[in-house]
Amino acid sequence: MSILVNKDTRLLVQGITGREGAFHTEQMIAYGTKVVAGVTPGKGGTWGVGNTPIFDTVREAVHATGANVSIIYVPARFAPDAILEAADAGIPLIVCITEGIPALDMLKVRAYLDTTASRLIGPNCPGLITPGEAKVGIMPGYIHTRGRVGVVSRSGTLTYEVVYALTQRGIGQSTAVGIGGDPINGTSFVDVLKMFEADPETDQVVMIGEIGGTDEERAAEFIKTKMTKPVTAFIAGQTAPPGKRMGHAGAIISGGKGTAADKIAALQAAGVRVARHPGEIAELVAQHM
Amino acid sequence: MNLQEFQAKRIFGQFGIPVPQGEVATTPAEAAAIAGRIGGPVVVKAQVLVGGRGKAGGIKLAKMPAEAGEVAGRILGMTIKGLTVKKVLVDPAADIRQELYLGLVLDRAQRRVVMMASSEGGVDIEEVAARSPEKILTVAVNPFLGLREYQVRDLALGIGLPREQWAAFTRICQGLYECYMSCDASLAEINPLAVLGDGTLKALDGKMVLDDSALPRHPDLAALRDEDDETAEERTARLNDLSYVKLDGEIGCMVNGAGLAMATMDIIKYYGGSPANFLDVGGGAKADKVAAALRIILSDPNVKAVLFNIFGGITRGDEVARGILAALAEVPTRVPMVVRLVGTNAEEGRQILAQAQMMTAETLAEAAQMAVAAAKGA
Repeated sequence: MSILVNKDTRLLVQGITGREGAFHTEQMIAYGTKVVAGVTPGKGGTWGVGNTPIFDTVREAVHATGANVSIIYVPARFAPDAILEAADAGIPLIVCITEGIPALDMLKVRAYLDTTASRLIGPNCPGLITPGEAKVGIMPGYIHTRGRVGVVSRSGTLTYEVVYALTQRGIGQSTAVGIGGDPINGTSFVDVLKMFEADPETDQVVMIGEIGGTDEERAAEFIKTKMTKPVTAFIAGQTAPPGKRMGHAGAIISGGKGTAADKIAALQAAGVRVARHPGEIAELVAQHM
Repeated sequence: MNLQEFQAKRIFGQFGIPVPQGEVATTPAEAAAIAGRIGGPVVVKAQVLVGGRGKAGGIKLAKMPAEAGEVAGRILGMTIKGLTVKKVLVDPAADIRQELYLGLVLDRAQRRVVMMASSEGGVDIEEVAARSPEKILTVAVNPFLGLREYQVRDLALGIGLPREQWAAFTRICQGLYECYMSCDASLAEINPLAVLGDGTLKALDGKMVLDDSALPRHPDLAALRDEDDETAEERTARLNDLSYVKLDGEIGCMVNGAGLAMATMDIIKYYGGSPANFLDVGGGAKADKVAAALRIILSDPNVKAVLFNIFGGITRGDEVARGILAALAEVPTRVPMVVRLVGTNAEEGRQILAQAQMMTAETLAEAAQMAVAAAKGA
């Protein structure tokens, strides 16, 4: 089962002919993901990496191939359009890797998506993977292994770090989801926690948050009231100074809100075990097994 | 990107918001001349991108042009929170009856732009939020509908604004919203929005933060960046597309990915050290970018050890290793270095670095402990 993606995922790649898109499509196919179509406006009728048929529009690609998940690699100025196009074509799950989309563009995109049945993951995220079944993203596949721990994170390489440590300890993952580091995104911690709570193949969850916003606090509230499975967390940015943006557009402590200390306190109050550094996460997870 | 007060107010003015007709001076003589043209009492305000200018003595009143020059002479060159004042804004002094607050910000939780108003202007809004949160009124704006007049009336009534000022207040609120949206701001603030002796409203101070991701489509706004406002290292980082924040510790860090970079800082602290910087070299970092990053780190005299933490994915370990060697060839240093490479081409990277005298670590915890020990030994 796992969540969101699996062996039945039929993946469409928007921006398949770009440098990033082509490289990662190759990697996703090599991992065993079923890539059924690519979209690049103006290149319909040609073939992309892995002999993938290319279409001019998402609607056409969905009609011809039955694609049910789309991943977006197009540059930031075209990405809002690509997300809206996928939603209008009825794709239920859209994963946007693109970094640097203006926040006010995402504000409108998200408000529109809320009127459709589509779910967006990202933008500015590494994607998601159900080990052994489907990799829909840019993460190195080999660091993952099949198992029963769900992982959800706002970060990219920090997720790899944690997943790799789990794998090295022989702890596999059901699905690992990167929700992205932008202030306005498609899917929150709570959304993913809900899915893991309902997933019979997930026994416990690792949540990797960071400074900025209040998404972790809301996750803590959900865990406290609605979640039965154990959760282990880590919050990056405990040493970050206020008012400075730490790489991710979302990672800024403003007006005394969004500090690591606040988030850690909220999570601990909800019964979550919070690791003091990333190396400790796998250890805490092992104690729950 | 943060804008200076004079830049923010100039932009507010373009959106129909009443602002003082002041000018910017870089010398006392210029300040005196501006005061002469204004012809009356003026306020001389340091233009630096930090809060608390008033408390630091960076804002002063002057009755006569000569006094304005004198005051400007004292403010220019002074250091406020580490930044040297190179410009002052000379504004006509205002006859203030009441100070209000008006601001727009992106609320991530509601996923809306939110307008905030308060009758408690002239102080930090965070202070008001902590002391008397009921004095801050907010309305969330639907991005497809824009700011509606009834929402502004809700604010006006809530802050107790007399009815005769509602029309002017509405124009200012709508101007600020239009300004926020068309400039791709992430914050636009008028504090204080003053009620003057004659009953009119005026934006006496302004603050704007722009969304860096949107700057490519606003070349006019991007051009407002003042190199005086950033350090040489920040400039090098920006031009090389590196995310860099200087901190005051002694262990320099180079990491790929923002989350991992923050976690690396955290683990250094956990093991008793303190990070000298946040530095994300980004995904797919090539040798020249790595070299630029290392030069920035080594230019900080406080750095007693450097920790590289690279988790290869798109970024390749061998590329990073070559970048480190290239930088070391250019900037010879005796600062001890600890490298931790994992992921794509990590083995090749480690082989390349074997010829340089560097400590290598398997795990992040190990690497952090080695860097802390090296910094203490130095």
